[in-house]
Amino acid sequence: MNDLRFEDVTVRFGQTTAVDGVSLTVPAGQVVGLVGESGSGKSTLARAAVGLAPMQGGRVLLDGAPVPTKGRNRPLQMVFQDPYSSLDPRMSIGESIAEAMPRGGSRAGRRTEVERLLELVHLDPTRSGARPSELSGGQRQRVALARALAGRPAVVIADEITSALDVSIQGAVLNLVRELQRELGLSMLFISHNLAVVRYVATHVAVMHHGRIVEEGPTAQVLAAPDHDYTRELLAAVPGNNQGSRTPR
Amino acid sequence: MRRWTSVLRTPLGLAATTLSVAVLLLAVVAPILWTDDADAVDTGNILAGPSGDHWAGTDNLGRDIFYRTLVATRLSVELALSATVIAVVAGLVLGTAAFLLGRRPGRVVSAGINIAVAFPGILLALFFAVIFGVGATGAVFAIGLAGAPAFGRLTQTLVAGIASRDFVSAAQVAGVGRVRILFRHVLPNIAEPLVVNATISAGGALLAFAGLSFLGLGVQQPAYDWGRLLMDGVQSIYVNPAAAFAPGTAVLVAGLAFNLFGESVAKALGVGVVGGIPALPRVPEALEAEEVAGEVHHQHDDVVLDVRDLEVTFPGPQGPIRPVRGISFAVRRGEAVGIVGESGSGKSLTALAVSKLVGDPGRVDASRLELLGTDLRAADTRAQRQLLGTSLSMVFQDPMTSFNPTQRMGGQLAEVARHHQGLDRKAALGRAVDRLRSVRITEPEQRAHQYPHEFSGGMRQRAMIGMGLMGTPALIVADEPTTALDVTVQQQVLDLLAAIREAEDVALVLISHDVTVVGEVCDRVLVMYAGKIVEDLPASDLAAGARHPYTRALVAAVPDMDTDLDEPLAVIPGRPVDPADVPVGCAYAPRCPLATDRCRVEQPPLETDAAGRRVACWHAGEPVDVAIHDRAGSYEEVEVP
Repeated sequence: MNDLRFEDVTVRFGQTTAVDGVSLTVPAGQVVGLVGESGSGKSTLARAAVGLAPMQGGRVLLDGAPVPTKGRNRPLQMVFQDPYSSLDPRMSIGESIAEAMPRGGSRAGRRTEVERLLELVHLDPTRSGARPSELSGGQRQRVALARALAGRPAVVIADEITSALDVSIQGAVLNLVRELQRELGLSMLFISHNLAVVRYVATHVAVMHHGRIVEEGPTAQVLAAPDHDYTRELLAAVPGNNQGSRTPR
Repeated sequence: MRRWTSVLRTPLGLAATTLSVAVLLLAVVAPILWTDDADAVDTGNILAGPSGDHWAGTDNLGRDIFYRTLVATRLSVELALSATVIAVVAGLVLGTAAFLLGRRPGRVVSAGINIAVAFPGILLALFFAVIFGVGATGAVFAIGLAGAPAFGRLTQTLVAGIASRDFVSAAQVAGVGRVRILFRHVLPNIAEPLVVNATISAGGALLAFAGLSFLGLGVQQPAYDWGRLLMDGVQSIYVNPAAAFAPGTAVLVAGLAFNLFGESVAKALGVGVVGGIPALPRVPEALEAEEVAGEVHHQHDDVVLDVRDLEVTFPGPQGPIRPVRGISFAVRRGEAVGIVGESGSGKSLTALAVSKLVGDPGRVDASRLELLGTDLRAADTRAQRQLLGTSLSMVFQDPMTSFNPTQRMGGQLAEVARHHQGLDRKAALGRAVDRLRSVRITEPEQRAHQYPHEFSGGMRQRAMIGMGLMGTPALIVADEPTTALDVTVQQQVLDLLAAIREAEDVALVLISHDVTVVGEVCDRVLVMYAGKIVEDLPASDLAAGARHPYTRALVAAVPDMDTDLDEPLAVIPGRPVDPADVPVGCAYAPRCPLATDRCRVEQPPLETDAAGRRVACWHAGEPVDVAIHDRAGSYEEVEVP
């Protein structure tokens, strides 16, 4: 059982309230999509959960216990948006992945584990010595996924992991996310501003607007019969989706 | 390492390196070779002028000043380097403290550094010299500690820059400790600028030392460094000017050597290896007639943009790189043409070439490049700039960087009208407000007085479009105008572009990697791959009528609201072509499920069919096997660079 619960989480930066009393549950083994525009607070919520943003109120619980945000072996791992900035340019991809693995174990064991992880994300395990600059954006994002999995997390937060990628590569990364989630039974919070992408990977969806969750439910249900005006607006804005307010050309 | 050796490639760098090495070498060997000569007292020959025996004369004990200057090199350099080491170490400790200690204590440390930086260095040095007592050791600490705040500030700024990067956050989330992050991630990434600055400050320390010793606060008798020699020399300057001149020159040369060396390293590391790449020949090469020029079958007056055999070339280390390899298309009045392709397909460079924005060292060649019948290949003239300024407007991807952050929005828009249409300030501002209103910015009068940072991303992008409408454009070129924007805002911007096009009968060239965006706004779509147009088709045919396997793969790769959730998404295997290494035959062949031997050898021509659609494929329209679907179990792309 690995369910992640946000309880009344509030994050403020000075006078601005970025996240305003958000409660949200990521059930065990499920993918919850979190959608909303830039500045709606969805990334801040994620960063607060892993300890990168200070929380002014509320709790983040994993199986009822507070999520540790200090020390090693953290059960909550995150994949960042920009694969060009999330890997240290001076370290080989193998070193980056090994760094996130639990301490201990033999050198050979660690190397085997790196190779296993690279294979898991469909990268050639013999290339663990490559620098990030030798890889394409899609490949880097695979390495970032492998690094998140290296810590053997219970829950993974994916923060806009495809929005810096070409659409032609996006598909491959999304397939990988689904495959990993199914094979490993991961719980996942999948953040995106693209409803078509969220629809593809998430079973549940939560819509965030001005720091609050305005709508939440099973993906199919929310997308078929949105309750909130903002959700309808988001739906209408999906490219190629003409059932909204726009008149088809 | 190659970047470090590139220091030696410039004359200045070579000279500075040679000089620095010479100074260091002298510091090592001079005391071994000449200590006896330097210490030989000759009371019969005191305070003598320069002569054959004593090139710089002698001092008040008859010792040879030239040899003393040479021997003093070691002590002077040693002291300067020790002071630098102290400055660097203390600076590193101060500068990284803010990162290690966390938010609050970090702020206190930064405030301390800021105050210390405000003190003049020499004042601090004198202060410390008094505390540590007069003498060489005191002076080393004085100069070292006086240099620490500046170095600390530099370190702190560099560390802050790296600490905000995602890979540091990722390491934190992975549970890596702060000290470990500092040594593994932060310091290696800031090492280069730190080393450069340490070298430069060694030169500074050398000068500071000479100054302290000259004031009598540094090295004391019987030891001597250059500053000490200078002080003694100056006392007898009217008797023997050379006694001051010799150590003075030494200080100058050594100081210059270190400073210039540091500067050249900084320059070499900052600029990269551009120096070694030969520029392109100015005379255009004959265009390769490799491609049958696309039939531009609407040769009427309503052609706004006419492009034939457009090529863009950049110099590369292994010969010219050609990211755009001969493309032909025309855009008619009021028409919306989309250009799609992956990163590196040459679509953005096409847009820049059309707007004459490809700068040195790139080169644009075309057999025809006309905007409203005016040849854009001709040299830059006032008339041409006028035409480009008023008839063509360009919208860039990142609205954050397209405006000058220090100027009000209204003024920036008005500048266009004042420059190109000769309107006075008031009329231009009036038009700016009107244009802001036309791009649906609410309260345009107030908004015109605001700065770019007060606009949201979507508003800024609309203002950018408004800026393009200050003239009477016949063509808007929009390069990924919505990629940096949210979907909801993207929709507003696309709607706006469509509305403007309709209202003002403007032609639109919309560039995007997202085929759905282009399909929604455009009449016609050009699909680019590896610098060539591979298909030209009506947007309505995208979903079902595309014939090139690449176009079909692009369409299939994007999930929409009807995508089958039980199937993996279609992917395009492999990676885009590197413009520096384009394969023979069809460039898409290595990734194409339909590719045959012919494709790998012979490049397919861009052929036009009866309906005016164009496609370049030996297997155009053949059914694509479902095999382009996910190839689970295989590695994505294995390529050893």
